[in-house]
Parts: sequence; structure tokens; C-alpha cells
Amino acid sequence: MMKRLLIAASFAACVTTGASAGVLDTIKQKGFLSCGSNTGLAGFGLPDDKGVWTGLDVEFCRAIAAAIFNDPTKVKFIPLTAKDRFTALQSGEVDVLARNGTWTQSREAELGLHFGGVNYYDGQGFMTRKKNNISSALELNGASICVQQGTTTELNMADFFRTNNMKYEGIAFATADEAIKAYDTGRCDAFTTDVSQLYSEKLKLVNPDDTIVLPEVISKEPLAPAVRQGDSQWFNIVRWTHYAMLNAEEMGVTKANVDEKMKSQTPEVRRLLGVEGDFGKGLGLTKDWAYRIVKHVGNYGESFDRNVGENSKLKIKRGQNNLWSKGGLQYAPPVR
Amino acid sequence: MDQRPSPVFLRTTSSPVLPPPVFAGGPVKWVRENMLAGPGSALFTVAGLLFILWVTPGLVRYLLIDAVWSSPDGAACRAPGAGACWSFIARKLDFFLYASYPREMVWRVNLCMAMGGVLAVWLLWPGAARKGLGALLFFIAYPVASLLLLHGSDALGLPKAPTDLWGGMFLSMIVATVGIVFSLPGGVLLALGRRSRLPVVRFFATLFIEFVRGVPFITVLFMANTMLPLFVPANWSPDRLVRPLVGVTLFASAYMAEIVRAGLQAIPKGQSEGAMALGLSHWGMMRLIILPQALTVVIPGIVGIFIGLFKDTTLVAVVGIPDFLRTVETARLDPAWAGPTISATGYIFAGLFYWVFCFGMSRYSLMMERRLSAGRKR
Repeated sequence: MMKRLLIAASFAACVTTGASAGVLDTIKQKGFLSCGSNTGLAGFGLPDDKGVWTGLDVEFCRAIAAAIFNDPTKVKFIPLTAKDRFTALQSGEVDVLARNGTWTQSREAELGLHFGGVNYYDGQGFMTRKKNNISSALELNGASICVQQGTTTELNMADFFRTNNMKYEGIAFATADEAIKAYDTGRCDAFTTDVSQLYSEKLKLVNPDDTIVLPEVISKEPLAPAVRQGDSQWFNIVRWTHYAMLNAEEMGVTKANVDEKMKSQTPEVRRLLGVEGDFGKGLGLTKDWAYRIVKHVGNYGESFDRNVGENSKLKIKRGQNNLWSKGGLQYAPPVR
Repeated sequence: MDQRPSPVFLRTTSSPVLPPPVFAGGPVKWVRENMLAGPGSALFTVAGLLFILWVTPGLVRYLLIDAVWSSPDGAACRAPGAGACWSFIARKLDFFLYASYPREMVWRVNLCMAMGGVLAVWLLWPGAARKGLGALLFFIAYPVASLLLLHGSDALGLPKAPTDLWGGMFLSMIVATVGIVFSLPGGVLLALGRRSRLPVVRFFATLFIEFVRGVPFITVLFMANTMLPLFVPANWSPDRLVRPLVGVTLFASAYMAEIVRAGLQAIPKGQSEGAMALGLSHWGMMRLIILPQALTVVIPGIVGIFIGLFKDTTLVAVVGIPDFLRTVETARLDPAWAGPTISATGYIFAGLFYWVFCFGMSRYSLMMERRLSAGRKR
């Protein structure tokens, strides 16, 4: 009994101080990556008809697995609710939490987490009916707006309208389902929530094509995968998985042409794909780590289009998530 | 024999039997007694009929006439005026049944469920032969066999299917079955412990029961999920599915204990005194005299707990276990299907599933009650 208690206590201490050393070694040893995923969010993490996980966050985990094992299927997805997601990460139950979590100061500082590359810049937006002839959220003066109760969404909206000296009538509902239904039946002129959510809620409307998402984004919700503090190598792997996908997109390396690009003479491409130099070594990976990611999963743009963008049902515009060179925020440091 | 006419009139044949007045029998009587017994009752009957008339056409239209029975994706269900989208259920049925369980291995789930069904019928069928053997198979052989089947085993050449892939209806059934199978013996032990003459046993049994009954089920689940791994060495950390199963069992056992205790207290003292006078040991007395009577008395309560437990299995979703209801919730988010009627259809289907099982359990318990109490009717 005493021994058990001691073990439990030391384990608890271990949990609070951070990870046991060498997450990468543990993963290699057990043979798969444990990825904390959403219990279900269209476009980000959702099982398909066959129960196979799909989505932007899901592919991020597959990319990490591809970099480590050269096999994107060596991932165990553990669906986590908003309540137990951080506990699961802290207790070591999952190696990485790719669950559309917003990167905030308090989460990083107080919960002992590190947020890796932002794989989706989200933020609160509005949608309204096309027939209202509104092209900007700044024209919503006097509108009635459906919103989900008790969320920061409500507060952000109040701030936005106050700063812009506009009036609005907020109609709050307990769930997003009720709010969207009310919008659909014409009780409000607009509906507000995070942009990624707007697109999937829009699909529940009777006539989704009669509604547009306004371009303004009024809050910052950088969604990023998180890891425990205390293992910089593992943190680097997670972060650089995202950067590798971004760099690949920037250089035009795709899932389809990656083998061809191995013969490329461009030094950046050669370094990224491991033809020149050994940049995987510092991460504890092989030198073709980025090649594996692109080969099995694709570059960031491909993953985006497939899951949430033009080639998906959601049809979210790249917007802030475009490459920096195309007016977005996605910027990756060079592999050098 | 005296042939003189009788001085008094004696009727020798009985008068013809007349049918009872129309109001005193048959459906008319039933209606009069049950639906029109007084002005209040009549008012309720009329109101009820009006309500049914008001609701039925809409329901029938939504569920049957306007419903979409086949369509490759959500487009047809989106049409204005479309009712329930049954093609969504048909398309997602596999997902509801097995969630992420590898499709090439679902025969193992099916086999497992079929075995469970056969054994359950064997045990529950009132006149079935050799129930002892059935119980042995169900409680000992079946759990081992299903674990090997579902989880896979290298020795048997069955590829592994780790529990993170389990989900859907079959997982709901597993959670409910485990809860039901373990909570009854656990509850009996706890109830006996609480009535024990040994103070330590009594204290701990009471402490456990009151503690678990004093907190909500969700709390027990969260505790099992986050604290169980802390009580054992890190590398033994129990499987994510085992933790809620432990939570469900603890919770149901505590409630079961109180029901069983109620049954124990309902048995007159003379029964145990008689058993002792016959020289039975404590356990012999319990097994042969007290428990059979006590459990019979509380069958409605026990079944009530089973029904509650079956529905409570949906709560395991809060610790990230994709039970049946969770798969419905997930499926309705699929962008290929999302539409105004999808959520309603999904929830109607889920409601039907739970209703069929709970109603079945409730009817079965009524039947057993009638059979078992037949000898004690006063």
C-alpha cells in the first residue's frame, strides 16, 4: 500500500513538473503516436463513414507520424473533450494535442504547455443573408444577431460594436444548433461565431448559398497543436512538422511531384527534402523527414484544400491562412 | 313416486341466460371505467384525443411521407419541406454500429454480439434447460472469449484491434453489459457488508455506498478517468476504456446495494431464524433462504437500475469514449450530410434505439415479477 502511494505521489510529481524525458524515444518504442483529437469537428477532426479520422488537425498528426515512422497510419487518435484535453496532455496520455485549441498566454504559461506552429488562424466572424446587400461587418449597424450564450463570442461582439459606435440586438441561444435554426427562420439578420465554425454551421441552413460570410475577423483565435513543456526536441519536431508543410507549399513541392522534386537543383528544395545536408538529425529524425511528410500527407495548402478549403464541403477561403507571400499569415522559417 | 301435482309452482328449467347489459362488459365497460369515469377523467380523455389528433399527422408526415428514403448524400434531404433523412441513417449505420472498428474485422463484433444474444436468451428464457451451464458460459467463458475476439490475440492469429477503435452501439452494449453483470454481485456484497455484524466491514461498505451515491455519475467518471491512472504505476496505466467501465461498475454497485438492502430488510426475521434453527451456515442461509426471496422482492428496483444504467452509458462520452450517442453526434457533423433535418433524424433514431431496449427490459421484468410472485399472491 505504502509503495503504491509513493509511486502515485512520484507520478503526480512527475505530472506537475512536466514530461518524462524523451517523448520521441517513448513514441518510437511503443510504435505509434498518441494524438489528442477533437471528439468531432467538421474539417478539423471527424471520423468518416468507415470511422477513419479525417481533418486538418488529424492530418497534422499523420504528418508527425510520417516524419517519425514513414507511415502516416501509426497514430492513435484519442478523442478528448474540452474538459479533459489538457489533463490528458499533462498526464502523458497523449503526446501531442492537435485539437483546435486556441493558443493563449495563460494556457502556455500556467498549464505548462508549448503551442507549436499555428496550423489554422481562426477568429470570430459574421455571416448574413446575401439579400441584405452587406459586404462588411461594419455595415451591420442595427442588426439583430444570433449568438451562442455564455461564450467569449458574446463579449467579443459587444466590444466590436462598441468600438465602432454601432448598435445591435444580440439574441442569445443555449446551443449553436438553436442559434443557427433561429437565424435560418429569419429571427436574426446575422449569426456570429468563429469563422471555421461559421462555414460548417452554414451547411445546416436550408439554403446555404443564400448566405455569405463577411470578411472581417474580429478576434484572434490562433489554433495550434500543443505539447508538454520540458522536452524541447519533441516540441521542435511538432513545430517543424508544420513548417515543413508550409515550406513545401511555398516551394511548390506537392504530394504528387515530391519524387520529381528530389532531382531539383534549387538549394532550398534540396535541403528540405534531405538531398543536401542532414537537417533531420537535430530533430532526432532521419534526413528525409520532410520528404516523408510531403510524400504521405502533402503540403499545407493541399491539406487545407482537402479538409476545409475549396476541395471540401466547407469551402473556407484561405484568407489569413494563406502563405505570407500571398497576403496571409502563414510564414515558416527556412530549413537551413 | 308421488304423481300429484305440486301445490306450489316449481320451475324445473332455469331461465335463459341473458347477455349482460352492454354497459357492463366488453370494450364499452372498459372505456366507461377507464376513460369516462367522471367529469375530470372525461375531460382528460378528450384533451388526450385532441392532442393525439393534433400531433399525429405532423409526425407521420415528417417521419414517413416527406421522409427521404434513399439519396447518395445530403442534397435530397436539404430540399424544402423534406422530412426525416433516413438515407443518412442507412448510410451511417455501419458507423453507428462499429464506429472506428476496422471494417474487415467487424465479423468479430458480430460474432461476439450473437454469442451474447444467444447466452442472454438462454439465461432469461423462463423454462430454458441447464441454466447453470448457461450462467457459467455467460459469466466466465463469454467475457474471456469476447475480449480475445474483440481485442484480438496473436496466439489465435487475430490481428489486434486496440480499444481506441471501439465505439458505437457495440461499445454501448459492452458498457451496459459490464455494468449490469458486475453491479449485481457487487451490490449484493456491499448490501451484505452494510448489514454485517463486523464493524470494519460495515463501516467501509457504508462509506463506499454513501460516498458514491453522494456524487453525480459524471464525477465518478471523471474520477475514474483521471485518478485511476494515478493509483497504479505509470506503465500499468489502465486502458482508456477500462477506466469508465470501472466507474460505471462502482456507481451501479452502490445503487444496487441499497436496492438489495431494501429487499433484505423486507424479509421477516423468522426466515433467518428458521434457517439458523435448521443449522445452516451464514452463507448457506443467505444463498438458499434470504437472497432468493430478497432479490425477488426487489426485481422492479433492480431492473429500474439496469434501465437507468443502460441510458447512463451515454455519459461515458464525456470522457471521450465514442458510445452510440456520440457516434450519432459525430455523424451529424459530416459536411457531406449536414442539413436542417440531419440532427433531428439522428436523435430520433438514437431515441428509438434506447427506447426499444429499455422498454424490452421493462416488459421482461414485469413478466418475471408476475411469474415469481405467483406463489405469494394474497
